[in-house]
Amino acid sequence: MAIFIDADTKVIVQGLTGGQGKYHGLRNRDYGTQIVGGVTPGKGGQDVDGIPVFDSVADAVAATGATASFIAVPPKAASAAILEAAAAGIAFIVCITEGIPAQDEAKVYNTLVNEYPNTRLLGPNCPGVISPGKSNIGITAGEIAQEPTAEGPNVGIVSRSGTLTYQALYELKQRGIGVSTCVGIGGDPVPGTSFIDALEGFQADPETHAIILIGEIGGSAEEEAAEYIKANVTKPMSAYIAGVTAPPGKKMGHAGAIVSGGKGTAQGKMDALREAGVRVGLNPTEAGDLMADIVAELRAN
Amino acid sequence: MDLFEYQGKQYFARFGIPVSPGDVADTVDEAVAAAAAAGYPVVIKAQVQVGGRGKAGGVKLATNEEETRFHAGNILGLDIKGHVVKRLWVENASDIAEEYYASFTLDRAAKQHLLMLSAEGGVEIEVTAEQNPDAILLRHIDPTVGFSIDDARQAAIDAKLPEAAIEGAADILAKLYTCFTEGDCDLAEINPLILKPTGEVHALDAKVSLDSNAAFRHPEWAEYAATEELDEREQLARKNDLQYIGLDGTVGIIANGAGLAMSTLDVVNQVGGQAANFLDIGGGANADVMAAALEVINFDQNVKSIFINIFGGITRGEEVAKGIVEALGRVELRAPIVIRLDGTNAEEGRQILAEAGIPESKLQSQPTMLDAARAAVELANA
Repeated sequence: MAIFIDADTKVIVQGLTGGQGKYHGLRNRDYGTQIVGGVTPGKGGQDVDGIPVFDSVADAVAATGATASFIAVPPKAASAAILEAAAAGIAFIVCITEGIPAQDEAKVYNTLVNEYPNTRLLGPNCPGVISPGKSNIGITAGEIAQEPTAEGPNVGIVSRSGTLTYQALYELKQRGIGVSTCVGIGGDPVPGTSFIDALEGFQADPETHAIILIGEIGGSAEEEAAEYIKANVTKPMSAYIAGVTAPPGKKMGHAGAIVSGGKGTAQGKMDALREAGVRVGLNPTEAGDLMADIVAELRAN
Repeated sequence: MDLFEYQGKQYFARFGIPVSPGDVADTVDEAVAAAAAAGYPVVIKAQVQVGGRGKAGGVKLATNEEETRFHAGNILGLDIKGHVVKRLWVENASDIAEEYYASFTLDRAAKQHLLMLSAEGGVEIEVTAEQNPDAILLRHIDPTVGFSIDDARQAAIDAKLPEAAIEGAADILAKLYTCFTEGDCDLAEINPLILKPTGEVHALDAKVSLDSNAAFRHPEWAEYAATEELDEREQLARKNDLQYIGLDGTVGIIANGAGLAMSTLDVVNQVGGQAANFLDIGGGANADVMAAALEVINFDQNVKSIFINIFGGITRGEEVAKGIVEALGRVELRAPIVIRLDGTNAEEGRQILAEAGIPESKLQSQPTMLDAARAAVELANA
């Protein structure tokens, strides 16, 4: 088991003939992901290293039976690509595109909610998702992810920041702790998949025994996650919030990471998570150490 | 990207939102000319991106040329909380019967647009928000549905605006929503939105924050980028497309990804140091970008050590290493580098650095983020 994707997930890459799509699509295939097709309008009939390219998502789905799509197209084209995938019946969309206007994201999100309630969007502006040893969709370097073991305990990771997602994977690998699934939800203002969606998945997944959450300043997603954890998550958790020392009112690169008016501070988020029973580290290594403690306790019981 | 008031008003005007006639002035003579064109009495307003300018003496009423010369001369060059006034906005003064508040933003928790509207606007809106939150109408808008003139009228009625202001306010709200969506704003705010004794409704101030991700479809925004208030370090970074924010410490920071960069600041702080900056070289940065980043950091006189923290995903270790070697050949760095390199092709990167023959006093490698932070802080505090 894993969440969102597993070894059987058939994936197409929208933008497979572009630089990013080709590089990461082929890397994902090398990892073992079932990359069954690509989509680039006007290039149907070609192939990329043996992967057939189609003119539309609908054509690709009809020919391959794909249920997931990896979108690696520029910001101008990303919204249309997401909606095209949803309309073609794709159930799980991963969009790594950085720099999509917030107005477009809000429209796409609400269109999915209203018209395609069975489609899940991960991202945009996210590193993707990896179920180590099974499937990897996105830009995560597969070799830094420790495969889960049959006997466990295995850890699920959910993170709002790209590079900190890798850092979290790396911290666990250093300690020999297996990962069931690692979900990067992305740092944009309107993420398709929230912390809560991933937590719900991990709580229900028998292969996941503990969870790490990596958040950052700005917005209220971590506070909402804390509420959810309190009421619904029984698996032990550790967490880290980036941006403790960020000066207020400054936009720290991410559209998401902005502190204003005392709201969305790292301290407020850490307090909310502690209140919900989560062990909170002050840096990624500490969060890793706390998870190692949790895993040791699970093994002892 | 935050706009100055005068830019916000000009932006509003594109969408048909009524604002006072006025013009910008960079000198006393220009202020006099602007006042004559707008018609006396006029309000002379300091153009700074900081609150509390009225209390600091940055907003004055003038009824004739002599007063305009006097006030414009005083306000130009005034230091308001560290912001020196270089530009004025001179506009025809409005008679005010009532003051309201209106804004559109994205509510990230609800993932919908949010209208905030209050019959109790003006300088005390934040006090109102705290002490009497019911006085502010909050209305969520599904972005796929939009906000019609009928929705606007209903909102004005529900916010208990007086009968005389309903039609005028509704018209402005509908236009402000168009400005917010089609104009790609993160925030479009009018405070105060005023009712004149003559019955017209009118935007007396403008606070507009633009979504820089949408710049590709707004070539007209180029002029705003030119007036952004950046220090020299930030200007150099902007030229090289780097996400840079200047801070006051002594440890220069370069990291890939905003989250890791923030985390790097945190860790430096935890081990007793102070970051000199936030610098995110982004995903997929190549040797040129790394070299440019080092040049930006090197520009900062306060930097005593440089902490490069890279976890490769899209970014590849060998590119990072090449950039460092190249930068060391191009500029004389004033501070030593401590690097922590992991992830995609990190081994190749470390190899390149080792073979470049850079003395340990100029560049040292550390295995973890914490070790590297300790080493960088030790160098900075030495």
